[in-house]
Order: sequence, then structure tokens, then C-alpha cells
Amino acid sequence: MAETTAIATTAPADRAVARRLGWSVGAAVLVGLVVAPQFGLPPYIMSLVIEVMIFAIFAMSLDLLLGYTGLVSLGHAAFFATGSYAAGLAAKFLTHELVVTTVIGLVVSMVLAVAIGWLSIRLSGFYFLMITFAFGQMIYSVAYRWNWLTGGSDGLNIPAATFFGAHVLGSRLQIYYTVLVGFVICFMLMRRIVGSPFGEVLAGIRENPRRMRAIGFDVRGYRLAVFVIGAGFAAFAGILNAQFNFFVAPDSAHWTESASVLVMVLVGGAGTLVGPVIGAGVVIMLQNWLSSYTQYWSLFLGLLFIVLITIARDGILGLAGRGWQRLRRGVA
Amino acid sequence: MSQLAVEEIWKSFGGFHALGGVTLSVASGERRAIIGVNGAGKSTFFSIIGGQLRPTSGRVLLDGEQVTGLPPHKMWARGVTRTFQRNAIFPGLDVRQNVRLAILARRRMGSRILAGAGRHSHIDDEADAILGRLELCGRANVAACDLAYGEHRQLEIAIALAGEPRILLLDEPTAGMSPAETQAMVAMLAQLPRTLTLLIVEHDMDVVFAIADSVSVLHQGRVLVEGSPSEVQADPRVAEVYFGQVEAPQ
Repeated sequence: MAETTAIATTAPADRAVARRLGWSVGAAVLVGLVVAPQFGLPPYIMSLVIEVMIFAIFAMSLDLLLGYTGLVSLGHAAFFATGSYAAGLAAKFLTHELVVTTVIGLVVSMVLAVAIGWLSIRLSGFYFLMITFAFGQMIYSVAYRWNWLTGGSDGLNIPAATFFGAHVLGSRLQIYYTVLVGFVICFMLMRRIVGSPFGEVLAGIRENPRRMRAIGFDVRGYRLAVFVIGAGFAAFAGILNAQFNFFVAPDSAHWTESASVLVMVLVGGAGTLVGPVIGAGVVIMLQNWLSSYTQYWSLFLGLLFIVLITIARDGILGLAGRGWQRLRRGVA
Repeated sequence: MSQLAVEEIWKSFGGFHALGGVTLSVASGERRAIIGVNGAGKSTFFSIIGGQLRPTSGRVLLDGEQVTGLPPHKMWARGVTRTFQRNAIFPGLDVRQNVRLAILARRRMGSRILAGAGRHSHIDDEADAILGRLELCGRANVAACDLAYGEHRQLEIAIALAGEPRILLLDEPTAGMSPAETQAMVAMLAQLPRTLTLLIVEHDMDVVFAIADSVSVLHQGRVLVEGSPSEVQADPRVAEVYFGQVEAPQ
């Protein structure tokens, strides 16, 4: 795991510079995202950005487990999909109110995560990966087979949501801004979490769980807590995705979806929050771009992934960080 | 009353008896060395007190209360901390963060999930004070995996002390250290307050003499001899265990 923490262990002066640079870039990107629609962002691009932001939340939530705690899950899509279905069913049968459907989606997914997590966190490493994979596929089967509830392979159509009674979530532009607000809130919340004492404990568990037990931490309790928190953020991404596509399909729970978001985290850089955002952006943009040229797009995406992981195990962000340091040393 | 007492502890791995009925008791504030040849069961014994292993049979009593088989974090909550010979630090974190974790554990701050890191700078100060005692001040911002071997061992003990235990189990604290590092470590250990009870597994008899009030010799999973360091060194049975003949351990 030394690779993933390369940024955290550089000298404090470098860290301060990197932080200032990070804030400036982040603020610039945010301002860009806010004003872009006013300057005629094409609808196609706007949809793409919405998708990137949703998957960025999903990828960051997985990184809480993977990069911060050292738990490699291959069933994380189960919570994304559970959030989608629970919120979607609530919207269909109960109320169109976004706040209510969101709360229902979050509660259902996090209760499910307590049950799955309670059984899974007893294992670690490869066995944790396999058991989360198995649970993920169980959720997929439920979504696929229970026609009466989920619509089976046809998927579930979801009526347009209202926000405190107002029909304000119909247009693409409204959806764009709503998802942007959701993304910023999730990013700030997760940033707060990983920078808190709780976040330090997660890093300790990633580095040496046995030692953490010896100095008095209930490692299982913390692993379960981060598992449930990660599931909550994944569910939130799923809820946004379902509410704004007006549709959810069982494929969203499939293990390949978990693997795809795992690739986003690794491509961008695990153990950071910006990494998964970059990863989600790169993977989704490339997917779109490549698939318009060739039906073998996944082959090229796979090749790119192999090359990237070979030259930089800490992803694009790690690569950029080293490039930046070399540049600074060159100037100084 | 003794602070820590173990009674007839057995531990078997398959058919092998690592411990075959260990009984000993330690008073509050005592410095007790546990010595013995490789395979005598010293590390297994520590793991049972620390909670890393459950005994096959027997009892562990802390202040007269039965604590046999409690997991490490529960033993820690009762003030019992052990160090390890290997793999005892957080390699990817910097030295100060290593110590911070133990302070967060003691102050039970680990569940503070939305508290900003900046508001806890007093934790940094506390960590730096402990690093100063272990002569690691200048290394606070270095990644723990980049430390020299002797510094590893110092950091490991800094982490253990940061938890402010009542009973500290030190597993070969000076193994692999240079003579100068050993000397510094012994001086530091000798200065620890008597409110702390020390159990030390140690091979170096100079270290044992410098620190320990009493010595227990483990042999084939049992306590063979117990007494002051000079009594134990003079005991012919101890010489026999170490050399199969008359010479005393060095």
C-alpha cells in the first residue's frame, strides 16, 4: 500500500503547496461546472457530465473501503442498485417527493450493508473480495428474478421526482444542477470523514490491522462502520442515477459494474478522493468516445488500463503528482 | 495482591505443547524479565496475556479479575499493552501519525467522524512529547517505512507508551539494535515511572540486569526458576538449560 500513500508522506512544505494547488484547481473546475451551461453546453456533453458526477460519487464511496481502509470489495454495485431500486419503488408506489425517496433508498441500502458487512468483515483480503462478490450477485439475482417487484430484466420505470411538491426536476439543466449540488456535498462530506480522527483510524487499519487491535481499536467495528458509510454514498449515487434516468435495470447490480467502478478508482488513484473523480471522468469519457469509433472499445479501454497500472500503480493522480514534483525540482 | 497472575496456562498447537502449565504472578510496578532459549514459549506466553492467543486451559487474572481469552482491544482497555518483534508499526504513515493513533485510542476519539483534523493539534503536541522521550523528534515527518531498524523498535515502543498502559509487555525491545541504541533504550526504560508494570522478554543479560527486579526462566513451556537476576544467573539449572552444562548465560 506504500504506493497509494506516496502523496501523504512527502515533506510538509510540499504538502502545503500541493494542497493550495489542489484547492485552486478544484475551485476552477467547480466554477467551470457552474457556469458552463450558461455558455451553451451541448445537451450530449451535459448528460455525460451528469453521468461522470454520479459515478464519481460511486467511485469515491468505493475508495473509502479500498484506498482508505484496505478492503477490496467486488460487490459494491449491490448498494448502488439497492439505492436505485428502493428509491425507484418508493417513487412508484409511495410518493414522488425526492427527499422521501432518497431517505428510503439510503436507509434500505445501509440496513442491507449492516447485514452483508457484518458477515463479510470477518474475512479479509481475497476472502473478503469473494464474499462481497457473492453477496453482490445475490442482489443481482433478486433484481433480475423478482419480476413482480423489480420488473425483472425489463427494468423499473420511475416517475419524475418532485422537490417539496414542485415539478422542478424534469429538464436536463435542472438535473445537471441538482447532481452538481449532490456531488459537491458528497465530496465535502467524504473529505471531512477521511480527514477526521475516524479517517486516521481507517488508515491505521489499512496499514496494520493487527497492531490497531493491540493498541485498543475494535477493528471489526470500524470496518463495519466504513462498509456501511461507503454503502450509503454508493446508494446516494444510485438514487441520483435512477431518479434522473427515470429508469433502473438489474445490470446496475451486476459484478461487472462493481469491477468497472473498481477500475475507475485504480485508474484515477486509490487512497485519495480526487483520484476516483478523475478515474470516473476518464473511464466514462473514453467509453463514450471509443464506442463511437469501434465496437471493440472495451478492448482498448482494457489495454489502456494495463499500461497505466504498469507505469503508475497510484493512478493518474500519482503520475501527475510525480510529474509536478519533478517540474518543481527542475525550476528550483 | 499481585496485579497480574497467570495460573496453570497450557497452550497446544496440534500435538505440540508450547506452554505446559505456566504459573507466575507479577506485582504492581514490578520489572519482570522473562528469559529462556528459543522455543521456550516466551512469545506464546506474551500473546496469551496480550489477548492475541487464547490459552488451551488455565486462567489469567488481572487485579484478581478473570480476563482469560479476552481479545486484544479489551485487554488494552484494562491497561495491558504488548509490543511485537515484527510488523509492529504503520509503515505507510509518518512517524507522528503512528503515535497519534495510539493517543486517539487512549482518548477514545476514533469515532469522531466529522471533526476536522486541524482542531486536534494538541494531539500532535502530545505525540511530539512522546517522540522526544524516544529520541525520534527529528523524524516526526518521515514515513515509518523509511526508518532504520533501531528506530523502528523505538517507534514501536513510542506507540505502546502513547497508550499509557498499566502493564507493558516488551518483546525483545533491544533485539537488532546497535550498542548505542541499546544503551539509550535501557536508559529510557529505567526512567519509566513505577506506576507502570514492565514484563520484558530479553536475551541480552546486560539489559536484564539493568532493568529487571526479578527474572522468570521459561523452559519447555514451564517456569523453571524464578528469582532476582543474580540468583537466577547463579542457578545451575539455568546454566544447564542455556548451555547443556555449567556456564552461566551472558
